[in-house]
Amino acid sequence: MEFFDRFAIPHPSPMIYASMVAIGLVLIAIVIGLTYFKKWGYLWREWLTTVDHKRIGMMYIISALLMLFRGGADAVMMRLQTAVPDNTFLDAQHYNEVFTTHGVVMIIFMAMAFIIGMMNFVVPLQIGARDVAFPRLNAISFWLYFAGAMLFNISFVIGGSPDAGWTNYFPLAGTEFSETVGVNYYMWALQISGIGTLMTGINFIVTILKMRAPGMTLMKMPMFTWSALITNVIIVFAFPVLTIALLMGTLDRQFGTHFFASTNGGMDMLWANLFWVWGHPEVYILILPAFGIYSEVIATFSQRNLYGYKSMVGSMVLISFMSFLVWVHHFFTMGHGPLVNGIFSITTMAIAVPTGIKIFNWLLTMWKGKIRFTVPMLYSIGFIPLFTIGGVTGVMLAMASADYQYHNTMFLVAHFHNVIIPGVVFAMLAGLTYWWPKMFGFMLNERIGKWGFWFLSIGFCLAFFPMYITGLDGQARRMYTYSEETGFGPLNMLSFFGAGLMAIAFILIVYNVYYSFRHSPRNVGQDPWNARSLEWATPNPVPHYNFAVTPVVNSSEAFWDSKKNGHQLFKNKTEKIHMPNNSGLPIILAGLFFVFGFSFVFGIWPGVIIAALGIFGCMAYRTFEKDNGHYIPVEEIEETEKKLGGAK
Amino acid sequence: MKLNNTEPLEYSTNQNQMNILGFWIFLGAEIMLFGTLFASFFTLENGVGSGPSGAEVFEITPVILETVILLTSSFTIGLAIHAMRINNKKATLAFLGITLLLGLSFLGVEVYEFIHYYHVGVTLQTSAFSAILLTTLGTHGAHVTFGLFWGLFIFLQIKKRGFTPETTNKSFIFSLYWHFLDVVWIFIFSFIYLKGMM
Ligand code: HEM
Ligand SMILES: [Cu+2]
Repeated sequence: MEFFDRFAIPHPSPMIYASMVAIGLVLIAIVIGLTYFKKWGYLWREWLTTVDHKRIGMMYIISALLMLFRGGADAVMMRLQTAVPDNTFLDAQHYNEVFTTHGVVMIIFMAMAFIIGMMNFVVPLQIGARDVAFPRLNAISFWLYFAGAMLFNISFVIGGSPDAGWTNYFPLAGTEFSETVGVNYYMWALQISGIGTLMTGINFIVTILKMRAPGMTLMKMPMFTWSALITNVIIVFAFPVLTIALLMGTLDRQFGTHFFASTNGGMDMLWANLFWVWGHPEVYILILPAFGIYSEVIATFSQRNLYGYKSMVGSMVLISFMSFLVWVHHFFTMGHGPLVNGIFSITTMAIAVPTGIKIFNWLLTMWKGKIRFTVPMLYSIGFIPLFTIGGVTGVMLAMASADYQYHNTMFLVAHFHNVIIPGVVFAMLAGLTYWWPKMFGFMLNERIGKWGFWFLSIGFCLAFFPMYITGLDGQARRMYTYSEETGFGPLNMLSFFGAGLMAIAFILIVYNVYYSFRHSPRNVGQDPWNARSLEWATPNPVPHYNFAVTPVVNSSEAFWDSKKNGHQLFKNKTEKIHMPNNSGLPIILAGLFFVFGFSFVFGIWPGVIIAALGIFGCMAYRTFEKDNGHYIPVEEIEETEKKLGGAK
Repeated sequence: MKLNNTEPLEYSTNQNQMNILGFWIFLGAEIMLFGTLFASFFTLENGVGSGPSGAEVFEITPVILETVILLTSSFTIGLAIHAMRINNKKATLAFLGITLLLGLSFLGVEVYEFIHYYHVGVTLQTSAFSAILLTTLGTHGAHVTFGLFWGLFIFLQIKKRGFTPETTNKSFIFSLYWHFLDVVWIFIFSFIYLKGMM
């Protein structure tokens, strides 16, 4: 029995036990359901072993939505706890765990998965490709992300959650102050999903550089593809830094090294530096694809081509470069001289310039456009003023000397939510609504969607704007409660109310999926939005080979040209198509990584060794395997196309 | 599969070209990985705590030996790829085999070196300096170990299947990997050992 003691949760509460039961019941329900409806085979063949970028994209997005609800539940708990002074709904330790898992889940497992899911689904279609450069590696990326996400999410019922914040600063995250296995979970969950992300980065750079349709030069790529290319370059350069930081953190916690300790020559600030050398580029990894989505949506619904294409590309390149030169702004107050602070202050403020250029380009795209106020467009229009407020408060934070006042207060919390929610989350919802018909063949209901938008936007303002005020008044972040005398009570209550509106918005959005699934018409055609780029030239649902004939491109809006200016997209005749085979290896490999991570978290070395051998076994198997994919014969393509009424 | 006969076999298909480009990008990531290790090393170099410093424990002989062995192996893998280009299977296998043997002896010396550190009291737990030293060397060593298995598997594949677009592509990529590890070693040699001994 002693062996099992380690899995007990250190700070149990009725809520956690209830979640355990809920998790157990859901798992049992899923297993019974799949068995009863005889869906195991279907699930395995069509989804778990798929290497199709569209399906992998959808699995990313579904996982991201699940994580959004996990992180959302954490958020509501935090707002509930701080809604009134001296509240006792959560104690300090629980509050620590909740804000930590909230941050990690939202950034790593929600936002990252969402943008990578979008890239997966959209990029190959936008460039006229049949899949990504390394389809099997793509599946491995997804399943590693999934393994990492699951590992992180079981922490609160097995062994205890991490509790040192998503930034996980040492020495707080060391064994002295974080005694449970929680931070070990942090290390391995991020490590495993981070490896997957790095491979995604490589995969998409090669895909975009090498697999574009004939005629699509770099400067004729749709803007979302450009944003994906730049994002993936940032990924490739930023993620290895995290890999090493996590490795050193693991060694410190589990092998007694002194990298980040304050004794024996260690240096705790090294963690903070490494973390933010990755962390700041990471926030741009999140926002650039969002910018890409806004560019697509705003051009489509203003019915004009994007204003300032070259400056859009140039500003993204500049942002990606500068994103590596600003990391110190996260710890101005932690003991640098004025020179260092001054330099990083200036680089940080400078990064607002290319961002501003983009804002003006979107505004000028809408200028004189015939705007259609659809749901994706509403999110894009809402994004512009709200994100600008976030940017301006960012510049305020960037002034090093002033930062001494609001560093680590609710003001900071308001700032980064102000850029992440109207920036990233709005973009994801805009993109999801926009590409939904391409994914599923029907539209989401516009009326419910608009209600969702208004609830989310107003809820956002009510939830976060009060924090600017309490933050300037000195309310510290990550504090589980405050006293009556501080006077923070009413504004925090308002904030809780706003969070409630946001929760309603997400429920509306989910309800919309259900409603539209039941009631939306199915024959929406391949181009329901009257859009401009190549993905809309495919039939609905997109056949697994995407394009029967490789399109020929002459501009960044080839599809628009084919509709309006007589450009002929599909000139060549149908030939047999080479496609990759499905494979069970990725999910098995990820399962082994999960076992590896889990065993490592608890220091169960036999498990670690067996899983590691299994992982190497999979790799060895792969190198000897002969797998040249398969061909789809011309007759089959023509038949499919006839059924779907696609390419001429 | 379209074969392009004007290119060497390892570049002959689209997929092959993408594999090679992808691997170059991967090496870019590896540069960041080792770059981070070096940056951390320079930060913690003087954090010896109560343990010994580099100057006190580094031994020149094994380090020189390791350097010579690894540099030679970089040369022989180059010869192997050259032999592959002129379609000489026997020579390719021979040079690849020599490369792997050299890699193995490199590891042997490195193990000796680690045992030496253990005896003079430099372990992972001694100080921040010892930890980053062993982590950096260990990461490089782990890469070499991984490369040994990978190279062995490629050896077996060439032996069995001869030169195909796949086997030549894998060999070429492996050679990039091996050269890269050599370059990393040169940095380790210059900035960890030489600088530390001065
Ligand atoms: C105009 C552009 C921006 C500027 C000038 C800016 C500036 C800053 C500064 C100075 C801080 C540190 C404040 C402190 O700790 O006292 C910060 C924190 C943060 N920013 Fe921004 N930012 C900008 C855009 C963004 C974007 C686009 C995102 C995400 C998509 C983002 C996400 C974050 C996050 C997550 C944190 C803090 C995290 C933490 O400490 O837990 N920022 N920002
Ligand atoms: Cu930053």
